[in-house]
Amino acid sequence: MSALRSVLRGVFEFVVGDDWRIALGIVIALAVTALVATSALAAWWVLPLAVLALLGDSLRRAARSARR
Amino acid sequence: MSGTELGLAASVFLACAVEAVEALTIVLAVGTTRSWSSALAGAGGAAALLAVLVAALGPALTSLPIDVLRVGVGGLLLVFGLQWLRKAILRAAGLKARHDETAAYERESQAARSAARAPGFDPYAFTVAFKGVLLEGLEVAFIVLTFGANQHHIALAALAAALAITLVVLAGLALRAPLARVPENTMKFAVGVMLTSFGTFWGAEGAGASWPGNDAALLVIVPALIAIASGFVVLTRRGSRVAAATAAPAAVSGS
Repeated sequence: MSALRSVLRGVFEFVVGDDWRIALGIVIALAVTALVATSALAAWWVLPLAVLALLGDSLRRAARSARR
Repeated sequence: MSGTELGLAASVFLACAVEAVEALTIVLAVGTTRSWSSALAGAGGAAALLAVLVAALGPALTSLPIDVLRVGVGGLLLVFGLQWLRKAILRAAGLKARHDETAAYERESQAARSAARAPGFDPYAFTVAFKGVLLEGLEVAFIVLTFGANQHHIALAALAAALAITLVVLAGLALRAPLARVPENTMKFAVGVMLTSFGTFWGAEGAGASWPGNDAALLVIVPALIAIASGFVVLTRRGSRVAAATAAPAAVSGS
């Protein structure tokens, strides 16, 4: 059981990396893109905007914690 | 070769070269201080395992419906790419220590010298080299798989990866030292930009969006992301300088 848990933890850390908010944000942004794409609106702008926001927010938090 | 294929090959080559430099440092350290045969056996075993992984998962991935593949691949590339870019920006801004191959080599060599030694096959050298190559190579294997499967060009991605590994190994053999002068952070920055750009493009397409100009949109996404990431380097660096300048007088007046 502990071996399975450590494998799952390893996979999680490998995929998600240092900031889980980025991974969560990407999943949400892809879902929003799919949702907007079903409407009459253009949907291509959602991911670039999400990338900008997620990277900026992650850097801001990392910089703040590095200065402490 | 189309622009997208060129981007694919360049991204895989750079990603693979960076990880190969780090793996080479580990193999060199245990090979020099312990046993070359055991270290090379460990490195070879890990490389073979990674090749099997790519060969086994590649055809399975390419058989998926294109939109499912693009959403999955796009999402994974975005997560990996943003992590690479985030680390590269923090290092360029001076908020995270840069990867120092000479220091890493010294650390690995010190640990290898102090570990228990047995005559003949050296399990320590084998295990450290195996783990080093496997861990450094796993992300590259996923990049080869995701890029290659999405473009139905796993062979091209694997070729770019093999070329990068060969060049790094040849350079390591020629120097007989860790490749400390390779601009690792610049390469990581470039890989982060490419993974994030392709991830954004394919992820949006897979989720049902249409890009203005189709494939030509990449010609806007890549330079825009380079500009944005460079801007973040400047902003993060400036922010840390301002924080240091305001903290210094406070420390003086507080002392």
